[in-house]
Amino acid sequence: MCTYTTETAHIDGSAKGPGSGWFHVTDATVYYDHPVHAMAEHTLNVDLSDPATGPGARVALELTATSARELVAAIEAALAAVPEELLT
Amino acid sequence: MSDTLSAATVTITGADGTEIEAYLSRPEGEQDVAPRGGVVVIHHMPGYDRATKEMVRRFAELGYDAVCPNLYHREAPGAAPDDAAATARAQGGVPDERLVGDVAGAAAYLRGLDSSNGKVAVIGHCSGGRQAVLAACHLDLQAAVDCYGAFVTGTPPPDRPITNLVERLPDLAAPLLGLFGNEDSFPSPEQVDELEQILQGQGSTYEFHRYDDAGHGFFAVDRPSYRVVAANDGWERIAAFFGTHLS
Repeated sequence: MCTYTTETAHIDGSAKGPGSGWFHVTDATVYYDHPVHAMAEHTLNVDLSDPATGPGARVALELTATSARELVAAIEAALAAVPEELLT
Repeated sequence: MSDTLSAATVTITGADGTEIEAYLSRPEGEQDVAPRGGVVVIHHMPGYDRATKEMVRRFAELGYDAVCPNLYHREAPGAAPDDAAATARAQGGVPDERLVGDVAGAAAYLRGLDSSNGKVAVIGHCSGGRQAVLAACHLDLQAAVDCYGAFVTGTPPPDRPITNLVERLPDLAAPLLGLFGNEDSFPSPEQVDELEQILQGQGSTYEFHRYDDAGHGFFAVDRPSYRVVAANDGWERIAAFFGTHLS
């Protein structure tokens, strides 16, 4: 099914691609739904984008639910492993 | 029947008079002068993509003028289908009323072709299945095909930007062909039962086929959900249904 659920976040950072170029990203969209490329019926999809530049300014991830949870845990662990004063 | 066809990107007038991109395919050859029906193909949520355009050409091969409006043209004109889908999703998706207007524009475009016999069907898969039923509840259409559309019946979670179509179903005037996988959870077999009971109760013309060993997305030849037996039978059912209602 199409889940119709979408989470969004304003972010500040950079992403690489398409065309192997770096660009500034301002928005993240997160949803669990049908992937375009991954061989699964549903995946946790993340779009990191700069809407001001246009629809093509996007880095997309399609992760199985297990992979997505592992990624979240890895991100949390990476943030927890450094001194708080660095997290600014 | 000739298998010669043409395919091209065209501009149609969608909801609110907005010009949007669409993909048109038409039979060519000996039968191109014979009046024929038209098919509006609603693309699935992942977009106005290659797989959907292949379906449009297949309907031309079956002898119909077929057109698929790009439902995301407003948000992302000229973008790659997956980028356009992501952009439209981030902006909240396609409102139901706009979808109805875009399908109305596509149907009017088909009826305006010199080959038209005035009859138009609508078909959609997944989110497009729900949208096909939605369109058929509001527009003058001669047939509708719902391929495993979720939330025609059943209750979406409260935070979702859609509703089910139960309150609109009394306005369904077109015959409905429904094709469902028994292993699907949305729509579940129970939700398909609910739809069938509603259609029976209101005296609608409908035809449902339900496939074992098939879940959601069994028509999608490029996805692991593809089920050849169900898909092949489904295509035959669609061809027969359109043969009955678009001739």
